[in-house]
Amino acid sequence: MMRTAIHLFFAFIFTAAALCGQFGGELRFALGGEPRNLHPLEAVDEPSEVVRYLTKTPLLRINRLTQEVEPQLASSWSVSADGKRVDFVLREGLRFSDGSPFDAHDVVHTFELLKDPELASPVADAFRLEQGGIEVRAVSPYKVSILFPDAVAGVERLFDPLPILSSRSPAPMRATLGPFQIEEYKPGAYVQLKRNANYWRTGDGGRRLPYLDSVRLEIVKTPQLELLRFTRGQLDLIQSLEPQAYERIAATNKQIARDAGASLDAEFLWFNLKPSAPLPEGPKQWFASADFRKAISLAINRDDLVRVVYRGYARPAIGPISPTNRFWFNADLDVSAYNLAAAEALLRKGGFRKAGEQLVDSIGRPVEFSIITNAGNEARSRMAAMIQFDLKKLGVRLNVVTLDFQSLIERIAQTSDYETCLLGFVNVDLDPSAQMNVWLSSARNHPWNPAQETPATPWEARIDELMLVQAKSTDREQRRKAFHEVQKIVQEQAPIVYLVHKNSLAAVSPRLRGVRPGVLWPNVIWNIEEIQKPSELSWTR
Amino acid sequence: MNIVRMAAGIVLATILLLVLPAEWTAPHAYDEQFREVAAAPAAEGFLLGSDALGRDRWSRLIHGTRLSLTLAPAAALLSIALAALIGGAAGYFGGAVERSILLFIDFFLTLPWLFLLLAVRAALPLNASPLVSVAVTFALLGCLGWAGPARVVCTAAREFRTGDLMLQTQAMGMSPRRLIFRQLLPTLAPLFLAQFWITVPLFILSEANLGLLGLSVSQPLPSWGNLLAELLDLPAVAAQPAMLAPAILLVITLCSVQLLTRRQVRNT
Repeated sequence: MMRTAIHLFFAFIFTAAALCGQFGGELRFALGGEPRNLHPLEAVDEPSEVVRYLTKTPLLRINRLTQEVEPQLASSWSVSADGKRVDFVLREGLRFSDGSPFDAHDVVHTFELLKDPELASPVADAFRLEQGGIEVRAVSPYKVSILFPDAVAGVERLFDPLPILSSRSPAPMRATLGPFQIEEYKPGAYVQLKRNANYWRTGDGGRRLPYLDSVRLEIVKTPQLELLRFTRGQLDLIQSLEPQAYERIAATNKQIARDAGASLDAEFLWFNLKPSAPLPEGPKQWFASADFRKAISLAINRDDLVRVVYRGYARPAIGPISPTNRFWFNADLDVSAYNLAAAEALLRKGGFRKAGEQLVDSIGRPVEFSIITNAGNEARSRMAAMIQFDLKKLGVRLNVVTLDFQSLIERIAQTSDYETCLLGFVNVDLDPSAQMNVWLSSARNHPWNPAQETPATPWEARIDELMLVQAKSTDREQRRKAFHEVQKIVQEQAPIVYLVHKNSLAAVSPRLRGVRPGVLWPNVIWNIEEIQKPSELSWTR
Repeated sequence: MNIVRMAAGIVLATILLLVLPAEWTAPHAYDEQFREVAAAPAAEGFLLGSDALGRDRWSRLIHGTRLSLTLAPAAALLSIALAALIGGAAGYFGGAVERSILLFIDFFLTLPWLFLLLAVRAALPLNASPLVSVAVTFALLGCLGWAGPARVVCTAAREFRTGDLMLQTQAMGMSPRRLIFRQLLPTLAPLFLAQFWITVPLFILSEANLGLLGLSVSQPLPSWGNLLAELLDLPAVAAQPAMLAPAILLVITLCSVQLLTRRQVRNT
């Protein structure tokens, strides 16, 4: 009887502990490399952005699960009808980690720092500060108005990566409003973060979050080593896993392996359509034909790419937007499956014919071209080999060339000396405005023919027009309609052949609680303040 | 010939007989993809299983071995020819010529030639066939690998120059041309042979290292380099030990070559 009572007592205590949330513990995970710049406004590489995410807080943030904008340092906000003005009401009584108070002056100060041309902040690019005219006013200690020269579509989303810095702290870069602050950085080894005792969010019982006492970001440069350290229990999670590693982990413990579904990222190949590119006449003429490009697209078996290269942990891509991006994905696009007969028909229409096993064009030139991709990326190398095999059935000879990344970038960005290129696109924002630098014909990152003075083709002119419409409109439906048409044009013209959207795969130690992996970066730690790592001996405080 | 050398010879001959007529001995084309059985373990129809794309590993091993065993000795031959020319000249002439050449060799040895290989590979025409690109890679290895052997050749040539045989031939009034071709080269020939057999495995391993960086032979052509690159996935190797076949074959081949040439090396 006594024994049962003791068991019941402990069961009650542990259940209460589980429900209330357990404070304490250290979370360990890997950064894929050295953080290059710990200045929160200058972070460009992923390790620096992870540190920024964990240590700083913006006015508004996109919820990585619901994909909706949520208030953070601002308790509420409103956008004017013309889309040119955003009014924020700030939370009162907040303090930075060093005790300095937070108010509207800090917001104004942050924008002043952002405007500094010496800083060259990538966040400033998003606000298009180079065009000038953005005005930030402290209306009262807890009210801020931000005025833009033009209407900005999806303006709230711009604030997600912008951390607010202290205007009064003696060490403004160290003072933080985020859940953690940097305690120690040992280059080549780790970044140690400790909890910010002044963090504004509270958990159960009104106690200040985060639950964790500290976070140790280990600098581990290879995925193999990261996996090894995870399996030895030295790391608590892996944010991004290869399918093979995922399968192995899932085989040992299904609870550890987490598949959040198709990510926003896309793997694709594009044709070099730049008129001044130093290409032979043959490929130049073939690539200029939309029918030829579509034939190549139809001859690629995407289902096989998904099944063989990604072991089923990916989705065949039909356009630039992943189906995971529910609002912007155009579900009316033609789901053109692998269709060799249709591809051959399109080629015949263009005057191509078979001479033995080899496809030749209307003047008898054998159809042969190359595809470049970066060395060391096993998935891309395998996809290239599979595409090579698929195109061989059409009679097209495809030469696969893997180059070190520097040489690859030089060819695609400077010399334009390539025919087709296989790469991936990491999409960290749901809104198409973030893709202006890809779709506008004048953009330097416009893959198939960058930095055009005027659009080279009518369909590119139409894409420009639609992208500008969606960028300036504040009517979401109008924006969606415009961007759906962009996706349709891209599918019809096929300057880019989309291949797959790979799944967001992660591994999470069973000791962690509160982890809810999503497809948006940072997939696993986006709700870091809610993550708990209870130990056997820890109790609620 | 002792029994060990004989066994080594038989093993090498068997390997060559198997790989040289690869088109006939391999059960499948090296680039044929059986996607329904990708990454399958050894089974009927696939002696060593299939790789990640469903290609028959056994067929790829046969073709890859032929490629590596053909091109590595060719590169070694080029390397030793350069070493003989440059090192031999340094040792034979001595004095300022020797000092200058040795200085150049030291400089050459300090070059980060991996980056040179990367740069040359990046500069190759994109539509160069996989065979041309691998031939260029091995030719580069040959052009870059002469410096080490050249030092050894230089030392041997210097010993010849300062030795009694040189004095004797000079006293006999032998012409330099005759001296080089009739005396120097035959004296150094065992050394060249030994250096050649030492260099062959070195180039095979260099190509394998480039394969590990993903910069070896282009798809779909197999070589020992890109076959060995599969071994990076250690858990997969544990699940499919047949993946070790290229490594085992590499070790057997190199051991056989070493055993066959042990006498020459020892004599040298």
